[in-house]
Amino acid sequence: MALENTQIQDKVTETFGESVMHFRQEKDIFTFEVSADKITSVILFLKNEETLNFHFLTDVCGIHYPDSNVNEQFAVVYHLHNWIENKRIRIKSFINGETPEIKTISNIFLSANWMERETYDFYGINFIGHPQLKRILNMDEMISFPMRKEFPLEDSGRTDKDDRFFGRTPSNC
Amino acid sequence: MSELLLPPEHRYAKIIKERLNEDGSELSILNLGPTHPATHGIFQNILLMDGERILDAEPTIGYIHRAFEKIAENRPFYQITPLTDRMNYCSSPINNMAWWMTLEKLLDIEVPKRAQYLRVIVMELARITDHIICNSILGVDTGAYTGFLYVFQFREKIYEIYEEICGARLTTNMGRLGGFERDWSPKAFELLNTFLEEFPACWKEFENLFERNRIFIDRTVNVGAISAESAMSYGFTGPNLRAAGVDYDVRVAEPYSSYEDFEFIVPVGKSGDTYDRFCVRNAEVWESLSIIRQALAKMPEGNEYHANVPDYYLPPKEDVYNNMEALIYHFKIVMGEVPVPVAEIYHAVEGGNGELGFYLITDGSRTPYRLHFRRPCFIYYQAYPEMIKGALLSDAIVILSSLNVIAGELDA
Repeated sequence: MALENTQIQDKVTETFGESVMHFRQEKDIFTFEVSADKITSVILFLKNEETLNFHFLTDVCGIHYPDSNVNEQFAVVYHLHNWIENKRIRIKSFINGETPEIKTISNIFLSANWMERETYDFYGINFIGHPQLKRILNMDEMISFPMRKEFPLEDSGRTDKDDRFFGRTPSNC
Repeated sequence: MSELLLPPEHRYAKIIKERLNEDGSELSILNLGPTHPATHGIFQNILLMDGERILDAEPTIGYIHRAFEKIAENRPFYQITPLTDRMNYCSSPINNMAWWMTLEKLLDIEVPKRAQYLRVIVMELARITDHIICNSILGVDTGAYTGFLYVFQFREKIYEIYEEICGARLTTNMGRLGGFERDWSPKAFELLNTFLEEFPACWKEFENLFERNRIFIDRTVNVGAISAESAMSYGFTGPNLRAAGVDYDVRVAEPYSSYEDFEFIVPVGKSGDTYDRFCVRNAEVWESLSIIRQALAKMPEGNEYHANVPDYYLPPKEDVYNNMEALIYHFKIVMGEVPVPVAEIYHAVEGGNGELGFYLITDGSRTPYRLHFRRPCFIYYQAYPEMIKGALLSDAIVILSSLNVIAGELDA
């Protein structure tokens, strides 16, 4: 009946082999990782394969992991949804921290257009082949990418919000 | 003329230069927004027009971007609820409840049935306010002011119910992790019952004013139609998608907060035009009223209004002032010193405009590592240029208000 995790895993590994990895059931959503160069073909496969049929792109967003090694400092996360089987999956793709770039999927799902622009705007991730990759929420003149972890929210000179007083380390404030 | 409005390197400037009509007239540029009263929000559209017909549009958004995702990365969970209020401010309780449910999913907290039903009631009230605003404003944009003034008094009545529940009206900051901050007063139920008695007659009359109105039908039928395929590709959810004939509703697909206990139908349209969107919203208001009635009828006995989770739920104020333990807990919760697992979760609810999702990544600290809001408006508004191509300017305004684009949700 329902679309099983193992079924998805088998189909995807059968076609893409080493490029897909780390299959796991996160709390609520089946998650796996895809190497960045294969992302368009994996998503196209998930969309068009008859039994999988992940025909709806719920969400695209970026994450910054400044403490990881340089090849995995950014992640682009895709949430796909199959409404017929009511199954969601999450695909993560890790990319390089110095020249973050990944292929666009805006030609597969039209809705990816703005979501990728938003991700570019906040993380500076370059979506190769995107029809109009420019800032969307911030102003065009801005030079920084504000959601990266190195940009502090507040004035770093403030001393009244020191996390050491609350039993936390500086890294998790 | 156009060089005053556009920089010469803009693609429209080039199109205008290249294309001259046979009668010597030229294409023109029209700036719709950013602060145009007819757009009901702060966003700009640069329209390329041939006479009154729109050839192309370029939307610019971000005028009220407030960096909620960045702020959320620096705030403990309790301080994120007021941020969610300000996304779709026409139905803030839905956003609040969605955020609490995301956290409850993260922490595996079971909310008592009664609190779940109370949540359903308040979320459906919020959906009604959202649809009241959208549909009555659509009426205003087609020239019918009366309907708007008439139904808006009931939005006021709903705000009085919110006020009785949480003390606030528009940006509600309602609820707590595991339930509500206090039980609903008898007065709240009294106001709710009065609303349920009085509102249906008003809404019926509102429907009668519009649904078979010749002027309204002429202005809306076949205006801004979108096919089911293209709506899905553009990421439509909620009433706008259902108007195109796809019966996807998060309340049915992945029931949360005991929606599976209630019987309701998911109204769908056929052509995905402005008229269908109007009718779908109208029908949803009736379904919401029915859900509220069912929830009141099935409401479990007792006065349980929150889960028993002392680690996360603020203790009562009188204990905080008189009791050491309670004071410690209060302090710890307010400072965000609560146990949080390392996890990644996505929780979606059916917001006023579609699937409202929270993608939360925690690293065990007191703030989210990453919190992403899936805002339905932001995703479907990118279809707007496609929908208004070839339409008249006055249709563009009507299409915009029928999509119910809320600037707060667009920009986050």
